Amino acid sequence: MGSESYLGFEPSPATREEMETLVLADDDDRFHSSMSSLSAVPATADPLLSPPDPSPSASSPDPPPYADVVFSSYESLPNAAVSSSDSPPLSRNPSSLLDHRSPAEYAKITVSNPKKEHELAANSLVPGSGTFVTYLITSRSLDPGSGPAEISVRRRFRDVVTLADRLAESYRGFFIPPRPDKNVVESQVMHKQEFVEQRRSALEKYLRRLACHPVIGRSDELRAFLRVEGKMPLPASTDVASRMIDGAVRLPKQLFGEAGGGYVAPQEVVQPAKGGRDLLRIFKELKQSVANDWGGAKPQVVEEDKEFLERKEKVQNLEQQLSTASQQAESLVKAQQDIGETLGELGMTFIKLTKFENEEAMHNSQRSRAADVKLVATAAVKTSRLYRELNAQSVKHLDTLHEYLGLMLAVHSAFSDRSSALLSVQTLMSDLSSLHAKAEKHEAASSKIFGGDKTRNHKAEELKRMIRVTEDAKSCALRGYERIKENNRVELERLDKERHDDFLAMMKGFVVNQVGYSEKIANVWAKVAEETSGYARERI
Amino acid sequence: MKLVSRSSSKEIRYSRNNPNSLSKPGSDSAGRYSRALLLPASPSWQDRRKVAMISTQRSLSGSSSQSPRSPSSPLEPFLFVSVTDPVKLGNGVQAYISYRVITKTNFPEYQAPEKIVIRRYSDFVWLRDRLAEKFKGIFIPPLPEKSTVEKFRFSAEFIEMRCQALNVFINRIASHPDLKQSEDLRTFLQEDEETMERARFQETGIFKKKPADLMQLFKDVQSKVSDVVLGKEKPVEETDPEYEKLKNYIFGLEDHLAEAQRQAFRLVKRHRELGDSLSDFGKAIKLLGACEGDSLGKAFSELGSKSEMLSIKLQKEAHNLLMNFEEPLKDYARAVQSIKATMVDRANAFRQQCELAETTKLKEINLDKLMLMRSEKAGDAEIEYNELKAESEEATRRFETIVKLMSEEIVRFQEQKTADMGLAFHEFAKGQAKLANDIANAWRSLLPKLDACS
Repeated sequence: MGSESYLGFEPSPATREEMETLVLADDDDRFHSSMSSLSAVPATADPLLSPPDPSPSASSPDPPPYADVVFSSYESLPNAAVSSSDSPPLSRNPSSLLDHRSPAEYAKITVSNPKKEHELAANSLVPGSGTFVTYLITSRSLDPGSGPAEISVRRRFRDVVTLADRLAESYRGFFIPPRPDKNVVESQVMHKQEFVEQRRSALEKYLRRLACHPVIGRSDELRAFLRVEGKMPLPASTDVASRMIDGAVRLPKQLFGEAGGGYVAPQEVVQPAKGGRDLLRIFKELKQSVANDWGGAKPQVVEEDKEFLERKEKVQNLEQQLSTASQQAESLVKAQQDIGETLGELGMTFIKLTKFENEEAMHNSQRSRAADVKLVATAAVKTSRLYRELNAQSVKHLDTLHEYLGLMLAVHSAFSDRSSALLSVQTLMSDLSSLHAKAEKHEAASSKIFGGDKTRNHKAEELKRMIRVTEDAKSCALRGYERIKENNRVELERLDKERHDDFLAMMKGFVVNQVGYSEKIANVWAKVAEETSGYARERI
Repeated sequence: MKLVSRSSSKEIRYSRNNPNSLSKPGSDSAGRYSRALLLPASPSWQDRRKVAMISTQRSLSGSSSQSPRSPSSPLEPFLFVSVTDPVKLGNGVQAYISYRVITKTNFPEYQAPEKIVIRRYSDFVWLRDRLAEKFKGIFIPPLPEKSTVEKFRFSAEFIEMRCQALNVFINRIASHPDLKQSEDLRTFLQEDEETMERARFQETGIFKKKPADLMQLFKDVQSKVSDVVLGKEKPVEETDPEYEKLKNYIFGLEDHLAEAQRQAFRLVKRHRELGDSLSDFGKAIKLLGACEGDSLGKAFSELGSKSEMLSIKLQKEAHNLLMNFEEPLKDYARAVQSIKATMVDRANAFRQQCELAETTKLKEINLDKLMLMRSEKAGDAEIEYNELKAESEEATRRFETIVKLMSEEIVRFQEQKTADMGLAFHEFAKGQAKLANDIANAWRSLLPKLDACS
């Protein structure tokens, strides 16, 4: 792995050029952390970011005949442009304050080119089944030793689910970015363009976020997903039903103590019981958790880390506030959008009125009124456009709130990794103590009987063996638990730091945006006020 | 009726909202605002225009104060009126708002140089109806609408809007060269409340019609019937192409204004909504800040406070828009309705003129016949004919008066509306510019604090 230097956020010399061109080429990235919702796909894909129409509003019957209404696009508006000639003191560049959170191994990931494909063994009973959509996923590796820099693979959504599942298994305790939702809908809807586009964009976001995670971005799973061409190389998850069936098959063996049953293999113990096939283990741990909740005896190992508990509470509090803030941010954006729209409609109405007065003018006063109306109409249309752009930018900034809200899921997941690992440890320890108790009893009983009983000895041997194995499993589980605890801790720190930076950037971006556009809007109306000031002149 | 030539336009201005108005929930008076009244420039003046300020801007107390500047020359006729001080009177279902109407004048026909009376909305309606009766051809200034929604009737905002509109109404009358001579106006401005009430009650129904009017009504019905019988159902209409153009213009304008008014109303609402969401957003961000603690938390808290502060500014601007943008547009639309009413009068007058002319002609032919035949009925017929001829001439005169008045009124209307809307646009633009600047300033003040956080 040639990217150790990433830890210090310094690109290795070989890739610095790439990073620099990357940063400069895409102005929008300056605003955002890796958590941004910005996609590299042309802005027309995002309805909110569509470039301003030459005609002021979509419902306009004919475009206005004057050139001064049409102005240049503010689309990819870097900060500098916003603060241009209008307000010199505003030339703050937030990019210098932003963390350049660039991915560990991959310079740029794009998801594009959705295509319908057909499964070979199509089930003709269900209409539409057997077809699915694949996406072209292109990534450029920053690791010079890993083959061609840019590789494209074709993956379907099911593969993404697999990736997510494998990551969840391998990286317990980490805050793994949540994958896009599965949509259990008709395959008709699945193929609709809008849905496909939404999914494409969500996939891109997801993969980029994965790539930006300091640990997961370097994982084998992600690399396999992104760089191994052809069929998806990771083992697929199986559905709950078949797992249960598998588990049910094993259960009798486990219960009757045959070889291979009745205890948990060490390598399995580090996985939570719930998602697995081991029904017996599931039952045992369930029993343990009930005992924890209701039973009198306290388990031998409990969650003691006060610091962790404090932070957990903090995170829960944060989540609550994030949820509210995220909602209100959405309403704010909507309200801004509405006011812009209404201004646009007002402008259109006035344009029509101007035309009407001019056509029907029989007096000069009408003509001058028509000119006044036109002034207001033009200003209203301009302002409407400015609001639209303001909003597009606001969405980008405030999206940080939504992003972090989504991340809370990952945090929950990591915390539950921890608690299920703890539960496994507790269960095993209970097992152990009951095994020890059995062994003691057996010992005590057999010491009263003279002579070796073959079966009795056999049982003693068996018990000893089970104790040994369970001890191993317990050590494994404990180690796993400690590892997860450490992951939690590291991740919490990372969350705090990144959140601080991201929120700050969000606030700055939002505020700067508001200032810039408000100034522009003020100018537009100031001019109109100036030009109509004659009507107010006689007032005292 | 004397026709005075008008050389310059008279304008009533809507002016800036009094910042002290309306945000006092407890006061009886719903709001104050300054208004500029431009006196008609009589032909002798050229340069100086007089402005009378009926202003209550500076007074914070409940009483209104007018301080009209004395005219430059004490002999100039002036008539200043103001409607202020809405007060709720009565109880329950019969409750209503009363307004103070203050008149200052040196017109000889008026009893006193200063008079204050109490009037209510229906009194204004009475005045408008009387003027509409007597001054056909003139666009009677429009009244604000009756309120249909009970709950809204006494809201501070509605009362403020209505008071403003009534003030504009009475001032337009007082500055119209013909209307201001009206006897009914004098009654309205001077008589005590009881006399006013009596006058109002007399106005209902058929009692206001004089016997001659009743006869005319009867004849109208008669001629309508004969028209139907004879198959002449199509109403008689003017064929003046310029008038046609005017009619089309008025109907088209009505539609445009209705739409503009709707948009203005929506814009007011949007401002309020944006204000609300800024307030909610601010609160949520503050709570989020409390979660975070340290410098970041502080930054959030400041952001939230600014947001809440801006919310208040938005509500203010919403009110400003309501009074100084939406209301003028509504007033414009009402004026168009008033024109339409005059157009109806004109059509009626035209029809009457045509019918009477026709009837007279028939009578004339009949008379000639009778005279030829030396019938004894000829005498009576001649008397009837002469009467009818007089009526026909009267109808023609009425119609022609309306036509003449309308042509002058239209010029006046256009000029007045240009000035009214010009001011409204100016206020609108000013308000929007100020709001945007306030927003920019508020957010800008945050930036150094945010910088300090990183």
